Amino acid sequence: MLPICFEWEWDIGHFIFFGFLYLILLIVGSGLSWATFKTILQLLKKEE
Amino acid sequence: MDRELLPEGVTRCSFGKFLLWLTPWILILAWGAVSAILCLWKALNQTNMSNIFAFALWIVFDLGFIALGAGAFFTGFLTYIVGKEELKSIINAAVIIGFICYSSALGILAVDIGQPLRGWFIFWHANVHSMLVEVSFCITCYLIVLAIEFLPIILENRKLEQIRPLRIFGKNLHDIMPVFAATGVFLSFFHQGSLGGMFGVMYARPFAARGGFYIWPWTFFLFILSAIAAGPCFTILITKITEKITRKKLVPDSTVQFLARLSGFLLSAYIILKILDTVVWAKTIVPKAGLRFFDFYREGPYGLWMVVMEIIVCGIFPALILMIPRLRKDGRWLIAACILNCAGIIFNRFSFIVVTLAIPVMPFDRFWSYVPTWQEWGLALGSIAYGVLLFSLAYRYLPVFPKEKELNPA
Repeated sequence: MLPICFEWEWDIGHFIFFGFLYLILLIVGSGLSWATFKTILQLLKKEE
Repeated sequence: MDRELLPEGVTRCSFGKFLLWLTPWILILAWGAVSAILCLWKALNQTNMSNIFAFALWIVFDLGFIALGAGAFFTGFLTYIVGKEELKSIINAAVIIGFICYSSALGILAVDIGQPLRGWFIFWHANVHSMLVEVSFCITCYLIVLAIEFLPIILENRKLEQIRPLRIFGKNLHDIMPVFAATGVFLSFFHQGSLGGMFGVMYARPFAARGGFYIWPWTFFLFILSAIAAGPCFTILITKITEKITRKKLVPDSTVQFLARLSGFLLSAYIILKILDTVVWAKTIVPKAGLRFFDFYREGPYGLWMVVMEIIVCGIFPALILMIPRLRKDGRWLIAACILNCAGIIFNRFSFIVVTLAIPVMPFDRFWSYVPTWQEWGLALGSIAYGVLLFSLAYRYLPVFPKEKELNPA
């Protein structure tokens, strides 16, 4: 659920639940992106 | 036939023999698939679940899988965060077992919720006061984390490793594994706990209700502790079964002994706290509900033997075996302790799920019995077959046990 959704409320429950959910998704997404970009960079470097 | 796909320097049985091993498991999986299709097509009237037993066999399997899969996060924590080098010889197996357990649990849940097309509602229309919402968030995210942890192991396959981009990507993923392991620890801690917390806050069901600390009932902490006590034992058990079937040594004794000793300490701590919890519950919560301890063990098959079984036979007994070095080092005793430890945790989850719902609460209530249908058994056993198939395929084609070559010289 996003803050733009009509059910959203700016209370501590939503803040904790969704704060942690989006933080976890951010960490997992960043980790995967980091591994992908590093792989692309290493491949390009070798090709040069 | 598949020789080029096998890991280098190790021996495997012939492809025909392997197919023969897979056949019964494929049949059980097919039974599970038929059951799932029936439940999705004709709805949950295919089961014996009712308004009384909204949680039944599938949830027992779910919670059992989730508890036994805790070996993945705990071994990952010890390997990548604490830095226990000796666990590197078993971490791959622990991750695969964890992935199997969590994907099975989510697969069963997809059928259990009745309308899987609305499964995403729990995220979009989240009730932030519900422990089950937290569990749903955590197990979904943790399955993603486990899939990421499993990916580098898949990419180490002999053929896949020859593809340079995949090899580099796998290595890069492996380099940041501590980040994923830490995320997994955080997620596991909360969903294992919240699964217990969910039962502890059921004040209308005095058999499950417990006191606690702030918003967390004691069951929150007991579920975490029991999972990290049983998870490593399940990893040991699967490893030992694999060693028995393949007639090979796959993991050094020192690694197994380290995990078993740790499991022994954790199980002992858990059993002491569980006994305290049971005494406090019997002296406070039960009288407050106008009941006596023995009122819960009067009807149906769920007698006092369940307490004896859970705490003494499947608790104190394996804890003692795992704590005494002479017994722990004996292969047969070690396997017996692991089986009892794992059985104990399933017994505990069964009590909280089925017995809580079966026993009467109000004076006009009666004892409710529940017998699963063949469709319920089909899906539950099908998930075990899926696990055996995936682990067998992983063992055959991936370097699951890095020390296999060293421990079994040609």
